[in-house]
Amino acid sequence: MTDSKAGPVQLKLEEIYRAESRRVLATLIRLLGDFELAEEALHEAFAAALRQWPEEGLPDNPRAWLVSTGRFKAIDRLRRQSRQDPLTEEMAQQLESDSGDPADWAEDRVGDDHLRLIFTCCHPALSMDARVALTLREVCGLTTEEIASAFLSTPATLAQRIVRAKNKIRSAGIPYQVPSRRDLPERLDGVLRVIYLVFNEGYSASTGEELTRAELSDEAIRLGRLLNQLLPDAEVQGLLALMLLNESRRLARTDSAGELVLLEDQKRELWDRNLIAEGVQLVERALRSQRFGPYSLQAAIAAVHAEAPGVEETDWQQIVGLYDVLHRLSPSPVVALNRAVAIAMRDGPQAGLDLVEDILSGGELQDYHLAHAARADLCRRLGKLADARTSYERALELARQETEVRFLRKRLSLLE
Amino acid sequence: MKYLCLVYSDEEKLHSLPDSPEDSECQAYAESVAGSGRMLAAEALEPVSSATTVRMRGGKVTITDGPFAETKEQLAGFYLLDAGNLDEALEMASGIPAARVGSVEVRPVRQLQV
Repeated sequence: MTDSKAGPVQLKLEEIYRAESRRVLATLIRLLGDFELAEEALHEAFAAALRQWPEEGLPDNPRAWLVSTGRFKAIDRLRRQSRQDPLTEEMAQQLESDSGDPADWAEDRVGDDHLRLIFTCCHPALSMDARVALTLREVCGLTTEEIASAFLSTPATLAQRIVRAKNKIRSAGIPYQVPSRRDLPERLDGVLRVIYLVFNEGYSASTGEELTRAELSDEAIRLGRLLNQLLPDAEVQGLLALMLLNESRRLARTDSAGELVLLEDQKRELWDRNLIAEGVQLVERALRSQRFGPYSLQAAIAAVHAEAPGVEETDWQQIVGLYDVLHRLSPSPVVALNRAVAIAMRDGPQAGLDLVEDILSGGELQDYHLAHAARADLCRRLGKLADARTSYERALELARQETEVRFLRKRLSLLE
Repeated sequence: MKYLCLVYSDEEKLHSLPDSPEDSECQAYAESVAGSGRMLAAEALEPVSSATTVRMRGGKVTITDGPFAETKEQLAGFYLLDAGNLDEALEMASGIPAARVGSVEVRPVRQLQV
């Protein structure tokens, strides 16, 4: 083996690792029936490739080679363990007879395996924290260190959370399958919630110093694209569009000092037109399908903003209309609050304030800082400065994100 | 009369106290009661970390991780089901009429190591 030969193969192997490792893992989990065993097998298969490919050249179908090698390595490993534990010999024999057919790792089944992995990691019998950690680890291939730093946690805590989740998958018998047609809408909704939570944690981190953690948003968008390839449902397109349209504003959301900039004050020339074009196209496709839901509607609202040259030119009538539909489809106090703010833009601050006060007296949003910030802003626009001050102060007490706190302090000081 | 005997213990200590039973002892006891013709069913359970709770409210099923019976809820009955996997078990559990007003904790049965 010469260096000139080893270099390109190694580079190719790294490329294959990035592109294929999660799909190889997904198939190995199906064949081996166990996350841990499959992960070890994946690791050993790539180690074998690193040894053999520079000598023997790339196999015709690297993924099939990796799956097949991983499977043999797993059977070997069980055989070695069987000296201590006779039960594992049974498992090894079972595996050998069950999964020997190469058709089992054919191209057309790989997409299914990838979907199985996603649905299993996002299973509703796991806690939300566990779903997020497991999805980022197993589907996205992030390390526990990367996930821990993104969620301001320690690698040990994250690793333990992932181990517990895998134990529950095994002990409770969570199946490795795409849900039945009947369960699919609800289970898909659960997957979308995980993806959107990851996106939002990257887009407007709930705590801490940094306003955004871009890698998490990128990861969520990658997941959205993958899911849209595997399962092009209207709401998958809606969520992907929503993420792309929000992401398009990332550069404009903070100024050079890292301070928060409101939508109405953003420099729209900083918005990423490519992401907007892609998002708008996806929204239109989702809405045409007539099977759209809350994500598609939120994306449609984001698209109306994205296409307006400025706040004054924004089609507030259409935005209010979309909020009306959204509120009928999935009523929530937060949707009602956003609708009230849109109505204030269409009909003036007093109309918005009446609605916001109704919502606040409903009680559910009393601890939501943005509800008080919205009231404060509407009062300010109406010249009710004392009321505005009270609400900004309440919002400040509730806000946990440093950048938001600084933003609210600044708004408060501008009242003086 | 039929009686249900529920076994409670501190999971952390169940298998590690000096007096802790071995699975073989539990198996032998079960067999001796079965021999007398008075055993209807007996199973050990997987730890509580494997539990999933099902509720049905307004025609909608909610599934949550863990044993989330509220403290004001008391044990009211049981079903021992045979299912291919957790999804099948959850589906049957959500059909239990009392799931509309209470909660159903679904916990896998543990094979005794004998």
